[in-house]
Amino acid sequence: MRSYTLLILLLSSITSISQNCNNTLFGSVVDLHDGSNLLGAVLVIEGSEQVVVTDLDGKFKIPNLCNEKYLIQVSHAECRTIGFLVDVKGDVRKTFKLEHHLEELNQVIISGKAYRRKSETISEKTLSKEALERFSSGSLGDALNSLSGVSSLNTGNSVVKPMIHGLHSSRVVIINNGVRVEDQEWGAEHAPNIDINAIGNLTLIKGASALQYGGNAIGGLIVAEAAKVPVKDTLYGHFSSTGVSNGRGVSMTSQLTKSTQSGWFGTLQGTWKRFGDFEAPEYVLSNTGSFVRNASLQVGLNKFDYGFEAYYSIFQNKLGILRASHVGGAGDQLSALESNVPLRINDFTYDISAPKQEVTHHLARIKGFKNINNLGKLSLQYDYQRNNRLEFDIRRGSDKFDAALDLELQTHSLMLDFISPLRDEIEWKAGLMARYQNNYAANTGIRRLIPDYDKYDLGLYGIVERQLQDNWLLEAGGRFDFVHMNVFKFYRSSFWESRNYDKLFPEIVVPETKDGEFGYQILTNPKFNFYNVSATVGTTYSFGNGAKVLLNYSLASRAPNPSELFSEGLHHSASRIEIGDLRFNSEVGHKLALTFQQEGEKFRFYISPFINRINDFILIEPTEIRQTIRGNFQVWEYRQTDAELYGFDMDVMYDFSEKFCFKHQFSLVKGYDRLRDEPLISMPPANTKNEMIYQDKNFHDLRISLQSEYVFRQNEYPNNNFEVFIPQSETFREIDVSTPPDAYHLLNLNSSMTFRKHKKSFIKVELIVTNLLDKSYRNYLNRLRLYADDLGRNVLLNIKFNY
Amino acid sequence: MKNVKILAIVILATLSLASCSDDDDLPEVVNEEEVTTTMTVTLVPDNDGTTVTLKTQDLDGDGPVEPTISISGDLVAGVTYNGSIELLNETESPAEDITEEVKEEDLDHQFFFTVGSGLDITTAYSDFDSEDNPLGIEFTLTTGTASAGLLTFTLRHEPTKPNTGLEDAGGETDIEAIFDIVVE
Repeated sequence: MRSYTLLILLLSSITSISQNCNNTLFGSVVDLHDGSNLLGAVLVIEGSEQVVVTDLDGKFKIPNLCNEKYLIQVSHAECRTIGFLVDVKGDVRKTFKLEHHLEELNQVIISGKAYRRKSETISEKTLSKEALERFSSGSLGDALNSLSGVSSLNTGNSVVKPMIHGLHSSRVVIINNGVRVEDQEWGAEHAPNIDINAIGNLTLIKGASALQYGGNAIGGLIVAEAAKVPVKDTLYGHFSSTGVSNGRGVSMTSQLTKSTQSGWFGTLQGTWKRFGDFEAPEYVLSNTGSFVRNASLQVGLNKFDYGFEAYYSIFQNKLGILRASHVGGAGDQLSALESNVPLRINDFTYDISAPKQEVTHHLARIKGFKNINNLGKLSLQYDYQRNNRLEFDIRRGSDKFDAALDLELQTHSLMLDFISPLRDEIEWKAGLMARYQNNYAANTGIRRLIPDYDKYDLGLYGIVERQLQDNWLLEAGGRFDFVHMNVFKFYRSSFWESRNYDKLFPEIVVPETKDGEFGYQILTNPKFNFYNVSATVGTTYSFGNGAKVLLNYSLASRAPNPSELFSEGLHHSASRIEIGDLRFNSEVGHKLALTFQQEGEKFRFYISPFINRINDFILIEPTEIRQTIRGNFQVWEYRQTDAELYGFDMDVMYDFSEKFCFKHQFSLVKGYDRLRDEPLISMPPANTKNEMIYQDKNFHDLRISLQSEYVFRQNEYPNNNFEVFIPQSETFREIDVSTPPDAYHLLNLNSSMTFRKHKKSFIKVELIVTNLLDKSYRNYLNRLRLYADDLGRNVLLNIKFNY
Repeated sequence: MKNVKILAIVILATLSLASCSDDDDLPEVVNEEEVTTTMTVTLVPDNDGTTVTLKTQDLDGDGPVEPTISISGDLVAGVTYNGSIELLNETESPAEDITEEVKEEDLDHQFFFTVGSGLDITTAYSDFDSEDNPLGIEFTLTTGTASAGLLTFTLRHEPTKPNTGLEDAGGETDIEAIFDIVVE
């Protein structure tokens, strides 16, 4: 197959007539897997006998080229030689990606492209291992936050949910090692259960176009993959430890990999993080400590035409929720809002008490693949996940130390995928997916937030990619998903009747409970079927002078999640009553995304405008004030509407010299409810990041960067304020839960040096200071902004040993 | 190829085993253990007059039905009443007495009495926690002249103790009940 490609490339490199032979081809050669620079790669230009070798940074420059197509053979001691056809028109920048290490497992597993692009026609952003390591002591959300177009919905500083173009939770799909993470991800205060240190490569796709992973990623996809293992006799690993001033914590992570020439390999990885209370510039954020542990094991056999892999990981996360954010009714909320400092500030401690969360997530998968001669690659994967979520609330009496919420979500998935090059310019992939999920909510003495249910998914997809010309590619795909849910849910009779459900759904009441067996509650057995269609079509066109355009349309459908369907009670962490609706149907998103990029030798520019129209968008909004014996609470009801989000992301990079580089990022998102013509809640405010980087490769890889981060004030928001009677003052007072905080500006410093023993054996020391000026600020997208400031200055010292 | 076959068999077997454990049992009903549905304030006059009870009852907790408030009668001017508060969880049968739990965790609780403008009464704590800070399950209420206004009972969980009143008590409101009181 590959020699064919080479041949075709050779044949098609017909010399065109041209006068201008002053063009320069420059760029770098990188490892396909982790984006690391390959030094000493040899580039041979067919026909001209020019040979160049990449420098320490993996960079090269080939002068005196004419306006024509060149075949360039790129080889490297540890990689397979690949021929690239380059159309030279003016000066061209090119990054050649080599498969580091021959016959690597994942090169041939599942989709041959799993490591290149997840979707060919939509802008993808990748975080390499090196970039991820800067966030070693933080979370997945923190790392993603550094990309343009991504923000995060936070609950304090430890629950960081990635938000893509203004959408989050159920609308953002996270894939961990080929497994779709199922961890009660609908909850805004549920952080993704992934250890950032177990990730070798992280890809962000700002749309639903990677249909092989699912059709309901209305916001986008995040794909995390483990580091790759070479097929050769070797043993290597690293140990990294970070001391963190804010939270007075330590984060440690280690990884060890053994592989053999015969294709067997194994990786063992572990992480341990412990933090006490974090601190805002002026006070301690009491009860915000965390304790995170993760371990993963991967073993497998990798032959060229077949192989298998088994992976298991356990992730345990225990984290405190700011004590001052746990308030009773509206009266308490008012006192909390009126106070400039949190109402509970205790001395620093490592103890984590209620309110807190304890989550354990197990993930296991086995995967096998087989190359079928002349047909393609077939792969089969089974995975199992068990997510146990315990949430501890402020409780009384004998239940004081018991969890208020105890959910166990188990998911089994089976996936069959086939990828085949039909002809040289056409490639297609198709697959089947079957999934069974069970949620079990234990009796904790508090009514279940999420009911017991069984859910069955069946999915089918196909994607075709066609190379029309060397520089022009078309991609189209479709997917169909069937979802069946079988739920057992207790409703309060008063609620059942107030919603008119007794008239609408009399048939779902379990008969034997009608006569009041459960007192004021009735048991119901709702069953739902959702039929979801998703599709994508896109194109990529390269102009040849480093300019490229990507255009993609994606249609995504998402079935409502259990929280949107079944909520009907007090949500303590939000101090509000939340109400779902059994009548919801799937929401359908249409996203059009355009990317224009220009990559020159010194100057790189990317701009990606998008528009996302979502029909039957499910949002939650306040509807009334409810009196209870505990005081007044605001009632928030889910509602379906038509939403429209649009905006753009921009990235600019400029190299002043070999040593100085400037980076700029700007993101803007606007979101509106089109039926009511009002802004959507929790839309990220416009923000910009500007960074100056100094690098000296000749002096221990010294790198110093200073970043300025400016977040504008969100001026468009729905007014959800409400009035409540306060007996102490005998007046009605407005409770302002809507007004966004002011704009803020932060400075972050990052510096690192590497001390090498050999090429692969080194010690890297990194010093990071975030919020350098110790500025007090509040972030609109932090749910606890009503009660406390965000984090103050944080100094992190990281030492990494590679061996 | 053989490996793939074996793998497929193993996977299918696991999956079928896993999904066969379907149980037809109905889920267990959850009765709210900590919810307070009912607060009864009993005011016994020290002059053999009529006992007055103030009651608020909210049987569906945070459900849509609002609490019902009942007042047995008006207070008499110039009288001292011995007040006591009873808290019940009536979603359980027999009803659970929450007052006991509050007493057991006396350091973590305190009742507050807020007298509205126009209402001529004063209140004083009669019971104290183990550190001699006010608790408020028992109290005295002394009426002045004939008047009318709001009397609010607030139970705070984990307040700062000692405190000078609701303003600096903090903690979470477990109960807030407002009664429209008339003194004759």
